[in-house]
Amino acid sequence: MNSDTKHTDADRTHDDGRDADGDPGAVISITGLVKSFGRTRALDGLDLQVARGEVHGFLGPNGAGKTTTIRILLGLLRADRGRCRLLGGDPWQDAVALHRRLVYVPGEVNLWPKLTGGEVIDALARLRGDLDDTRRDELLERFELDPTKRTRSYSKGNRQKVALVAALASRAELLLLDEPTSGLDPLMEAVFQDCVRDLKAQGRTVLLSSHILAEVEALCDRVTIVRAGRVLRSGTLPELRTRSRTSVGALTDRPAADLDRVAGVDGLHLDGNHATFTVDDGHLAEVMQLLLGHGLRALTSQPPTLEELFLGSYEPAGTLR
Amino acid sequence: MTAAQAPAPTGGAPRALARPHHRRAGKDLTGTAFLLGFGLRRERLRIAAWLVGITALVLVTTQSIRDLYPTQADLDQAALAAQGNAGAIAFNGPVQGLTTVGGEVAFQSGSFVLVLVALMTLLMVTRCTRAEEESGRTELLRATPLGRNAQTAAALLLVTGMNVVLALVVVVGLVAQGLPVVGTLSFGASSLAVGVVFAAVSLVTAQLVENGRTASGLAGIVLGYAFVLRAIGDIHDARLSWLSPIGWSQKARPFAGERWWPFVVPAGVTVALLLVAHALAGRRDWGAGLAPARPGPGRAAPGLGRPLGLALRLDRATVLGWSGALVVLGVAYGSIAEDVDSFVKDNQTLRDLFAGAGGPSLIDSYFATATMVLALVACCCPVQILQHARAEETSQHAELVLATPTGRVHWLAAQLLVAWAGSLVVLVAGGLGAGVPYALETGHWARVPTLVGAALAYLPALWLVAAVAVGLFGLVPGALGIVWVGVVGCFVVGFLGPVLKLPHWVRQLSPFEQAPHLPAAQVSITPLVVQGATALVLVAWGLLAFRSRDVG
Repeated sequence: MNSDTKHTDADRTHDDGRDADGDPGAVISITGLVKSFGRTRALDGLDLQVARGEVHGFLGPNGAGKTTTIRILLGLLRADRGRCRLLGGDPWQDAVALHRRLVYVPGEVNLWPKLTGGEVIDALARLRGDLDDTRRDELLERFELDPTKRTRSYSKGNRQKVALVAALASRAELLLLDEPTSGLDPLMEAVFQDCVRDLKAQGRTVLLSSHILAEVEALCDRVTIVRAGRVLRSGTLPELRTRSRTSVGALTDRPAADLDRVAGVDGLHLDGNHATFTVDDGHLAEVMQLLLGHGLRALTSQPPTLEELFLGSYEPAGTLR
Repeated sequence: MTAAQAPAPTGGAPRALARPHHRRAGKDLTGTAFLLGFGLRRERLRIAAWLVGITALVLVTTQSIRDLYPTQADLDQAALAAQGNAGAIAFNGPVQGLTTVGGEVAFQSGSFVLVLVALMTLLMVTRCTRAEEESGRTELLRATPLGRNAQTAAALLLVTGMNVVLALVVVVGLVAQGLPVVGTLSFGASSLAVGVVFAAVSLVTAQLVENGRTASGLAGIVLGYAFVLRAIGDIHDARLSWLSPIGWSQKARPFAGERWWPFVVPAGVTVALLLVAHALAGRRDWGAGLAPARPGPGRAAPGLGRPLGLALRLDRATVLGWSGALVVLGVAYGSIAEDVDSFVKDNQTLRDLFAGAGGPSLIDSYFATATMVLALVACCCPVQILQHARAEETSQHAELVLATPTGRVHWLAAQLLVAWAGSLVVLVAGGLGAGVPYALETGHWARVPTLVGAALAYLPALWLVAAVAVGLFGLVPGALGIVWVGVVGCFVVGFLGPVLKLPHWVRQLSPFEQAPHLPAAQVSITPLVVQGATALVLVAWGLLAFRSRDVG
């Protein structure tokens, strides 16, 4: 532990001098991460900042580099370039010391077919040196998991539950969850969300890689959206929304045909006195002025859903913003 | 749907239920051709390696025998010597037709080749059936319009085809080398017979258990019994050989007055086993074995919380399995050892021959050879354990452990430790297996510690082989399988080294040649120390390399 602390202090001073964007208090701080497998470039200058105590959503399509990033954070893979700090340490050099403070749920849970679910949970917890029997039994009950079955006979969802119970039963300060609910039914998904809210209440940090937008929307303080090994957007959900287009429906006294002359308005559809369109946040004030000039009678506006953000992010880079 | 309407009196229901099953039977094979092509494409390298390797072994042995015994007088003398050498008979097979080159080929390479053919077949069958099923890949295929028996049929066709091609190539090669055509055909047929029988055996074992490695292990046990039964049969009582698939092939007497009727036995047994496999397959669920899965402990034993405990738990079946195999093999060699003396006593010429040599006693030579064979078989155990470590990595089990505060070196060292300790256990099992029955028969209990010691002289060799595996694991994990090529190389040097007239330095590459061949040789510490030191260097290298490479 001693050498660990030394590392941390030395690195902080070093970082502060060099990096403006790197928050020294961040639990995860990644800048410009590059990793290639042969000719495939899995990560292409990825940045990721996760602050202490937050639940951070890590979104992206298949093959975006989410799992590669998590494996680098675990010290299983070594990055080709870039800076990567985890809990103030170097994930590659200090792997063992750092792993005392984190737990991991892999996206594809492969367990030893000969062992039972209970044995795997115990073995992983003891390897971590941190097994809370009461918590374990409570989680087994909440997730309705039979620990006496061999993992060979578990379904995908049940294998996922084994990894989740092993992770959630620990007292680790950081949880790295790689699509932890793929394969869970909606009931179990709800149990999982409750568990994550408990973690958040306890001030623990979660990196949640996911495809399930509703889950991210329900749980995450901040979101990073990646594609092809790079970050497309990152921020709190309100931030991401304000940086996006708002859907507006307006009823006016006179048809607002001149809306299409306002820059930033798109998808204008006029139906008599009723106009629907989307507008980016930079031109919202201008649009409101114009609508008031036409005698605004009723207005609906909808912030983009996460799905729209997600899909919008996947448009080719040139069409963004 | 007549079955549903029938008010089901007890006698009528089975017939009504049987009808749709019968109707479907013709479609059970749909897609076999596709799967066969798929398997050929996937396994083409492996198939080529087996076929080329075995063919080369036979042809090179034949050429070497020609060089070794250039005249008829040489052949006659070799035949005479072999007649008195119970050790050689136990390893090679019955003494028949040894005054011809063909007979020598069948004797020197025969049983070794038959074992290789059986191994090739059973590993390939398991690979194409149970291992595929276990991996879940079959599930994708089963959902397509493929017949229920298509996969089994495709696997059977694939290995039968391999065996036919192998037999043909060997026949053509041996005829080209000038051996008599009839004898060559009989030799090819005996290889084909063993292959087909073991294809059927492994199709049965593939139905029994859920795990691919266990399935091939069970078929391997049958192979072990086949080898041991014919060894005892050739020494003690020829009737026992009739219980062994390898024995059947040798009863056909290639190059020694060929008989064709013994092939009826493997043909009949194959058909019977295939029917059994088919019946078993129809009785079980996809992915399941025959025995229903039993619940296990809900809590882990205390040891499981450490990397060493986990490795022990995962590899204990491997160590126990190989220990059992070594005990059986040891017992086979130990229980016929007494006959080695009587063989010589009966033959005045041979007694003169051996008495004049002034070297180690015949029984010591016999036990030295037996112990080396035991050690060679034993070395499969540590290699398998380390290959398992690689499987842990590729199947992402390692990821779960390495995400805990377990260092990589710690994780790998734990598995190496199990491999090294397993080597010790397996060698002791072999030594005891050979020594105890001999002591029971003769009362020479002092032989037991001698033979255990003789087996343990190969411990550094086994550790070295394991260390090579660790080195490969660290440096070029994808090429870990190469270590098996090395193991086969050691077998070839050990079994056929003298016949192949390999240069001294090539033979010395095998750690089993470097080790003192106790009890026939002097104890020499130097090679053991060198092997141990080399092993440590390789291990250190492998562990360091593993620390600096990507996992997965």
